[in-house]
Amino acid sequence: MYLIVVGGGKVGYYLTKTLVNEGYEVLLIEKNQSKVDTYTERFGAIVMNGDGAEAATLAAAGAGRADVVVAVTGDDEDNLVICQMAKQRFHVKRTIARVNNPKNEELFRKLGIDVTVNHTNVILSLIEQQIPDRHFVHLLALKHAELEVVEASVSPDSPIAGQAVNDIRFPPETNIIALLRHGELIIPSGQTRVEAGDDVIAVTRLRSEAALRQLIVNE
Amino acid sequence: MNVVVVGCGRVGARLANTLDQSGHSVSIVDLQPSAFRRLSQDFSGQTVIGTGIDEDVLKAAGIEEADAFIAVTNGDNTNIMAAQIAQVVFNVPHVTARIYDPVREDTYRRMGINTICPTTTIASLIMSTIFST
Repeated sequence: MYLIVVGGGKVGYYLTKTLVNEGYEVLLIEKNQSKVDTYTERFGAIVMNGDGAEAATLAAAGAGRADVVVAVTGDDEDNLVICQMAKQRFHVKRTIARVNNPKNEELFRKLGIDVTVNHTNVILSLIEQQIPDRHFVHLLALKHAELEVVEASVSPDSPIAGQAVNDIRFPPETNIIALLRHGELIIPSGQTRVEAGDDVIAVTRLRSEAALRQLIVNE
Repeated sequence: MNVVVVGCGRVGARLANTLDQSGHSVSIVDLQPSAFRRLSQDFSGQTVIGTGIDEDVLKAAGIEEADAFIAVTNGDNTNIMAAQIAQVVFNVPHVTARIYDPVREDTYRRMGINTICPTTTIASLIMSTIFST
């Protein structure tokens, strides 16, 4: 597998380092010649000087045979164009863009970028998971499939406390996939009773999320 | 016409001034407040400080009611992204982006964006002045 990483900031540097250690064939493209010199000393001849949004640079990097192009510069506009050039001119199958402004995630997908990574949202969701008063937390969103995995804590006055899974009237296309009770994992069957104090992990369609929140948290 | 111009450099300012003088409703966006000094004294349009690749900034510039959108900042990638936001998110009827890099210009023209490449245009103008005599 051949990966091209564009942007030699901290993200690009550690990504390249990790990929090399994992045994992948990697090339790092960086604009700044002095960074290229430093990285070449550390990584050897897998660092290239150039502008990853330029077709000539991508051609010299062998983008035509790349399996993945990852654009991780600090500028969203550059990451967008790098991925689109890789796709349009070199038919790279998978493009991954770092997104700095969370609002650009959806736009990038609309514009054909396969995967977007947004550190703002990642950190936000980590914070959400740590705040004790949050009763309903997003764990994972697969926006292509409109699917979400959420975690909710069941309070004593929750409508589902004390009910068996079979008897709970979930919104459409929603299922409980796990219960956490006093730190123990329970994979529930229909007969399993949800107790107050449980953390419920559920999979749901995006459009059923509000109804599920209403059902469990009763806000 | 309602026109949004992104980038108040020489080209952006000239466009904004000309459109404003001919009675169009112009709003011009630039990151640097000092860029607006290029506008004429009697410019009656709107100036918005911010980046042209942020949907909120573009909304403040009235992109939702815009008939035309022109991206002429000094960055090719900024112009490309701004133009795609105007076209895909806000469905502006007429969108134009300036792209200096001829290969990038060719790529995005094929993708359906209305592009202008000063590099090839000016080179061919110079060629024609040389060979026209």
